Parts: sequence; structure tokens; C-alpha cells
Amino acid sequence: MAEVEGKGGQVFVTVGTTLFDALVKEASSPPCRQALADLGYTSLIIQRGKGSFIPVESDGQDGGLKVLSFGFAPNLSEYIASSALVISHAGSGSIFETLRAQRPLVVVVNDLLMDNHQCELAEELAARKHLVYANSPATLIQTLKGMELPSLVPYTPSTPLAVVNALDKFLGFVDS
Amino acid sequence: MVMVMVMAMADGWGTWGWFAALVAVLVVRVFWVVQSTGRPVSLQPGLKRRPMRTLVVLGSGGHTAEMMSLVEALNLQWYAPRHYIAGATDKMSLPRAEGVEARLLKDAGDADGSVQRSQYSQIFRSREVGQSYLTSMFTTLWAFVHAVFQVLRIQPDVILCNGPGTCLPICVAGFLMKVVGWKRVVVVYVESIARVKKLSLTGLLLYKLRLADQFFVQWKDLKVKYPRSNYVGRLM
Repeated sequence: MAEVEGKGGQVFVTVGTTLFDALVKEASSPPCRQALADLGYTSLIIQRGKGSFIPVESDGQDGGLKVLSFGFAPNLSEYIASSALVISHAGSGSIFETLRAQRPLVVVVNDLLMDNHQCELAEELAARKHLVYANSPATLIQTLKGMELPSLVPYTPSTPLAVVNALDKFLGFVDS
Repeated sequence: MVMVMVMAMADGWGTWGWFAALVAVLVVRVFWVVQSTGRPVSLQPGLKRRPMRTLVVLGSGGHTAEMMSLVEALNLQWYAPRHYIAGATDKMSLPRAEGVEARLLKDAGDADGSVQRSQYSQIFRSREVGQSYLTSMFTTLWAFVHAVFQVLRIQPDVILCNGPGTCLPICVAGFLMKVVGWKRVVVVYVESIARVKKLSLTGLLLYKLRLADQFFVQWKDLKVKYPRSNYVGRLM
């Protein structure tokens, strides 16, 4: 992943279809902007989802990060592909879309959710070094400062064919 | 149970007798269906399996992504026609499925439009993310009635689902079709890849109640904990 490890690149923050204002707020906060600028990134695009918090935008003329945000887009893959770093909520959709695009990923768990099963997947993938893990928005900046992107291991996507073959056999389409 | 019915008639038990007989018949029938759930769909030798009408339940967000990844790998002639269903408040899933379907048909060279078109419909969701458990009970009941109606209308041979709660009433409706002897509906559940060490509530219910004919998990640890599940690999 070294080639996208980003000096001068764009950071994309995504909360998918969820409501996760705490992440939008934290990622767009002045200390976080500063931390990202210190790491060498130049712009920040935030996909806000269902949230109502709208970050202060910036054209980057003040020497800081260029900051933009939007609510939803039918397809986020272009944003992910053009980014040097993705900061995402812990939803499996966003996680695997980013991993498949081979982009460095920081997953931030929503610690306010009622049934917070999402940390399971992020923890497992973090243990396998496929992504960087922050257990709440409050620890995002600290996580960004301490992350070592070159040590991340690229994720090898699975193929659904094994499941499909098992299903074909079960339903009698092919002999078992 | 036949004896119960005969006795009911002979002794003139009246309404209660008939009621008891009916309950007995239902109980036996439910046990029989549960017991036969999970048996592979057998075919007589030499017979070619005809296409199966497939109901794909899209669960929103990552659930939909996983499901579409599965659908893309299916043999489209076998799993046909396909009918997609998603929660009424989910604005993204059906357009996403339509996009995939359009691409698949194009790749399959269906220029003349001869392949039967897939259909799309919505269902009330049992529970929104973050909704309280108390109000969930009422919305679940309403969602269930709607699900039964939809399944009766669509008449699927196979139901593909992977959570969340949206798919539960659909699976129960499929089960009821088996109980009343309407047709065999094969329920296939794939637990979300997000579940690494514990089943989701929906998954656990389907597993414990034996409502799914095929129950796939995507992590080995889960297969160890739930031996009746099936682990062959991941979708993503």
C-alpha cells in the first residue's frame, strides 16, 4: 500500500447511510485538521450521512486543509479510489469497499450505538493488520498520530463462489 | 390426531373438540416441517431442475452489499425470475440492485430483452437502527402481516436473506407456506460478515427456531459454536 501512503493526498471520511455526527464533528475539528495537515494531507472530504452537523468548509487558502462535505452520494467508490486515506464508520459495506480498493483505512467505532456489534469485525480485521482501529471518535486524533500505515497488510478479497456452489448443490442444480 | 378427531365427532365435544383437533394437527404439522427443514432439495434422477423463483431480501447498507455480491455470482438462468425486496425507508438498496441487474443482463448479452425482468418491492421494516425494543414489538407485528402478504403474492421457491430484522418476517412467512402445505419454500440465510464471534439476533432466532434450510456463517469461529451452520468461505 506504500504507493498511496499519502503525502499531499486527500482524506475521505464516510459514515455510510448511518447517523454518526460525533465522527463528522471530530474529523472536522480544528485539532484533527491540524493533525491531518501535519501528516502531509492537503484536503478533507466528509460524507455526513443522516447527520445534521455540517462542518465548516474551507478552500485551503488559509494554509490549512481544504475541507468539503456532502450528505449522500449513490456511489462512494470514486471518492475512496481517489483518496490517500479513508476514515470510516465500522459498517461492513464501507470497510470492504475500502479494503477492496486497497486504500489505507482508519475505522472509528460508534460507541453510542445500542447494539454495538460493529466493533467485532473492525477488531478482527485490525488484528489481521488490514486496518487501523479507533474505539470511539474521541480517540481518532490520537489514533491518526500513532498509526503506521506501511505496516498494514493488503486484504485479499474472498469470492462468493464457494457459497454459491454449496447453494447450487443444496438446491439440486448440480450433483453433490 | 385422527383419533382425536374421531373421538371429537363421536362424543359430541362440539366446538372445543374441533378446536383441539385442529391444534393437534397444526402441532404435528409444524414438527414435521421443522424436522424436514434443512434437507437438500432432491430431484429424481434424469430430471432437470427447473429455474427457481428467487426472493432476494436486501437489508440495507453492508447487508445489501454482501447480498449483491452473492447475487452476482449466481447462475442467472437457474435463479429466475428474481424478486428484490427492501425496507420502505431504505432508499439505496433497490436502485443498487437495479443497477447490478442491468449490468448482469447486459453482460449476458440480453440485447433483445428476452430475459424475464426482475421485480422490485418494498416492505415495512421491523426495526430501524436505534429504535427501542418496546416500539419494535408493534412495528414487528405490522411488518409481519405485510411480509406474509408479500410472500403470498411473490410465491418464491427460494428466499435469500442475510439480515437484519427485515428478513425475519419474510422467513416466517415462508415457513408458514410450508406448514399449510402450499409449497416448499427454501430459506437460505447468510449471516453477515460483520458477525465474527456471535450471531446476530435475527441469525440466532432463525438458527434456534430452525427456520432456515441453509444457514451460512462467514467466520470459522461461528461454525464451531453453531454446528448446524455451514462455513465455506466469505462473500466479501
